[in-house]
Amino acid sequence: MGDVPGQPELGMHGHARWVRISHGIATVSLLTLAFTGVVILMAHPRLYWGEVGNDLTPALVELPISRNYRHGGWATPAPFFDSTAGPITASRTYDIFNQNGWGRSLHFLAAWSLVLPGLVYLLTGMAGGHFHVHMVPRGRELAPRLVWRDVVNHVRFRIPPASGGPNYGVLQKCAYSCVVFVAAPLIVVTGLTMSPAVTAAFPSLLWLFGGYQSARTIHFFTFVALLLFVLAHVVMVIKSGFRRQIRAITVGDYT
Amino acid sequence: MKTTGLITRRRAIITGLASVGGVLLARYPQDLPPTYGNLLRMGDTFTYAAHRALLPGQSLVTEYRQEDLTSFPATGTTNPGENPRSDLGHTYRRLHGDAFAGWRLSVEGSVAKPRTFSLAELKQLPARTQITRHTCEEGWTAIGQWTGVPLSAVLDAVGILPAARFVMFYSYDEWADSIDLLDALHPQTILAYGMNGRDLPLPHGAPLRLRVERQMGYKSMKYLHRIVVVTEFDDGGKSGNIQNGWAWYTGI
Repeated sequence: MGDVPGQPELGMHGHARWVRISHGIATVSLLTLAFTGVVILMAHPRLYWGEVGNDLTPALVELPISRNYRHGGWATPAPFFDSTAGPITASRTYDIFNQNGWGRSLHFLAAWSLVLPGLVYLLTGMAGGHFHVHMVPRGRELAPRLVWRDVVNHVRFRIPPASGGPNYGVLQKCAYSCVVFVAAPLIVVTGLTMSPAVTAAFPSLLWLFGGYQSARTIHFFTFVALLLFVLAHVVMVIKSGFRRQIRAITVGDYT
Repeated sequence: MKTTGLITRRRAIITGLASVGGVLLARYPQDLPPTYGNLLRMGDTFTYAAHRALLPGQSLVTEYRQEDLTSFPATGTTNPGENPRSDLGHTYRRLHGDAFAGWRLSVEGSVAKPRTFSLAELKQLPARTQITRHTCEEGWTAIGQWTGVPLSAVLDAVGILPAARFVMFYSYDEWADSIDLLDALHPQTILAYGMNGRDLPLPHGAPLRLRVERQMGYKSMKYLHRIVVVTEFDDGGKSGNIQNGWAWYTGI
């Protein structure tokens, strides 16, 4: 009964089958995306704001995550125009770390395997009531007293034993809702904004995020936020009963 | 029947998805690059097919103003003449020493009138100047102004034949790459001989480079010497992206 989208089961019955399948696909895709995303970032570990950023322009953040960090391997710069204050060019003389041949293609393959099942997940969650019943916090749950109590419980690591699925606590609902309805769409759309073919068709994406490099930077920090979520998620799974929780999200029975 | 409404809704979703799928399948490109059984290349091909099925064919990339021009690194090959083992590199060094007076672009293959063009002849064809963002697969971007002849004007001059499907490019740094006709005939796909109001600098592909604005920078091949219109996909062998482990389509 747990896998009937129209009748979400409350209580101690494990997760619905479609939720378990979605969770499995998302786990594999997200791990692949995270790994290849870091490999891609290692090729150019500099972040910028606006439309343009490169080794000849100042960076917002430089990350010491590959030998490309501040490599300094550039020939003497030459100005494009008579004024030396204007834009310049320089030839790279350094053999950079670059594994983007497989890194990019695997990133996009994993993105497809997240986005296509993700759309089915969103449709099912909306149509079947899963989001409405289990994930979006209800008005009365958001009463400051109740939220504060849940915060205190989390801070003191007073974690209730695994229920093996819904019902969720109010902070848990907020975290899941933020991931599904804010972080996931944001990281997908900022990713699409880095596609020159997509922004040719939808130039307003560049306007929305303030440029290509801004979208790239938001993409990265959304990844950091998702990474923090995953860490908290894993800690909570362990603290609430690792074996039961893993059984509930994989084979589905809860014993 | 307590599940009637549920099944109807599920059927409606499945029917809707199937209809969308059917329409997209009809727009799926016929000629696709080889994957050699490589899962990554299959993913690239899926992205290519999805872009061609979902995105409008001839939308233009954003163009910028003169004051938006930025500094622009030169990466990859920055002088093909420096390769001592390459015959093409040797030829390039000789042509460069002569300010490219002897340089010719050969346009051949599935065309009615194959011929060569000197730089002066290319400059006699209609010119287009565009200020666009260069997007490198590494992650950096730069804005440059490019002046050149639309590839479509060159293809018009030689008369591409109806069976043509892809346009191949060969460079003095020994690369071979291709684009499909949709990109080849795109209004912003140009053969650029000028950058930022001057002759194309040596590190940026002198005397002639391609600009394919809806794909990553590495599709905009530098140091061109030969263009071949082909009727079937050709991956360029050991000189092409696919056999070197890189995506052929890089609109993403």
